[in-house]
Amino acid sequence: MTLDPVITLQQVNKIYSNGTIALQNLNLDIQPYSFVSLVGPSGCGKSTVLRLIAGLGRMSSGNIAWSSTHTAHKLAYVFQEAALMPWATVLDNVRLPLKLQKASRSEQLSAASDAIARVGLQGFERCYPRELSGGMKMRVSIARALATKPDILLMDEPFGALDEITRSRLNDDLLNLWNQMNLTVIFVTHNVYEAVYLSDRVVVMASRPGRVTAEIDIDAPYPRDEDYRTSALFNQYCRDVSHRLAEASLELSIVS
Amino acid sequence: MDIQQVTPLKRRIQSRPRVSSAQLLRRITSIEVIAPVIVGIVLLLTWEILVRITNTPPYLLPGPLLIGQTLIKDWGELLPSLLITLKITIAAFTAAIVLGVLVAILFVQSKWIERSFFPYAVLLQTTPIVAVAPLIILWLKNNTFAALVICAWIVAFFPIVSNTVMGLNSTDHNLLNLFQIYRASRWQTLFYMRLPNAMPYFLSGLRISGGLSLIGAVVAEFVAGTGGTESGLAYQILMAGYNLQIPRMFASLFLIALSGIAIFVLLTVLSNALLKNWHESAVRREN
Repeated sequence: MTLDPVITLQQVNKIYSNGTIALQNLNLDIQPYSFVSLVGPSGCGKSTVLRLIAGLGRMSSGNIAWSSTHTAHKLAYVFQEAALMPWATVLDNVRLPLKLQKASRSEQLSAASDAIARVGLQGFERCYPRELSGGMKMRVSIARALATKPDILLMDEPFGALDEITRSRLNDDLLNLWNQMNLTVIFVTHNVYEAVYLSDRVVVMASRPGRVTAEIDIDAPYPRDEDYRTSALFNQYCRDVSHRLAEASLELSIVS
Repeated sequence: MDIQQVTPLKRRIQSRPRVSSAQLLRRITSIEVIAPVIVGIVLLLTWEILVRITNTPPYLLPGPLLIGQTLIKDWGELLPSLLITLKITIAAFTAAIVLGVLVAILFVQSKWIERSFFPYAVLLQTTPIVAVAPLIILWLKNNTFAALVICAWIVAFFPIVSNTVMGLNSTDHNLLNLFQIYRASRWQTLFYMRLPNAMPYFLSGLRISGGLSLIGAVVAEFVAGTGGTESGLAYQILMAGYNLQIPRMFASLFLIALSGIAIFVLLTVLSNALLKNWHESAVRREN
């Protein structure tokens, strides 16, 4: 069933002043309430796509259209580093977006406490970032993103710097949040297994020039758990994605 | 499957003990405070012994004991002078802080403003007070106090501007992007991110500037050679020099040194208090 996409990228090009083609004729549809992963090697432009959607930076040409039927367009962004304000407590960090949007103090505090509870950090409101582990800092970053109850969550390799155990726990927590809060998630990663575990659609990208080479629908049911991770279906999808990734780099080595 | 709750270690994190008077006493008598005091006492003893052994006359190099006696004897004249010098220092320091921060904020608003005006801020730093002080005092004939404050301000201004600009510009680019995504106004970015981020740099500039304000105040008065009732420690030094009251001169110098140390210690304590929650320079760790 294809609904109207909430975001459409049409023929997007981005060329840096030194001639590097970050994105070339990129076309991409994002369906509402989907979990889309962008997978590709370094330099393929996947972070650039995310930043352009968020309004950070300008396209050289092309268009990013936002649906008028799905008017749920509130954005939130989670960076690769937690990017917390080290001089502020967890609570103050999480309520920052609400403060910037001039919400009332009681609204700020209740929404922030709610978000902190959602990511499982209840009790840590008055701690400072330096007192937290890497995984906890990332949870705070996610709580901050969720504080404004966004519709679209953009995540740029958020779990890349974490250990396997924490990453796996956060993957499951993220899927729960996606389900509970009716989000549309666009998730950038270089980890094929993570992409296949989390998403319902994997977009494979290649570099030089940055472009989409394949889109693979992951037809596995939610909720997903360890059984899925060890199933034949999972392995098949991982193989497909890996093949597509390898094809693209093979093209590159033949051409050069 | 529920989101797994991270268990807070309530005892370790949530209870932040207030510093008790017993802890304060322990900190004052700690090795960090005792060690330099012991070094100071040893140096003073060595000085006194050397002066006595070599029979150096007091008009060449008085021993610390004689200086101490002079300090107590002339306290009635030295104290008002000390207060005048401190008044000039504090006025100049305050002006340097207020104007320094405002100018730094201005510079950060636009690259062109910074490029156009920064060299002139540097000019202030390189201006020799020794040459300029008499001129300024002449221009402000009726208000010597203001003239001295301006001279001290010239010396103290630049470190605050330079360090604060550095701090305001050294923001985490991810945080900047975050503010952009939420469409924060220029002022919100300044108040909620740039200024708190600049705090360690600003405090570092403060510590440099505090001492310079004192030096500026003393040098300005020294060079101007002002007399009369509104006279600071530099005047005392000059007069003691003319009258060959060398122990009194040393007593004045000692008061200046003590003031300098006190200013530095106060600013360091302030810096640590403001940064103790988050900045590496002030955080207490186990190792």
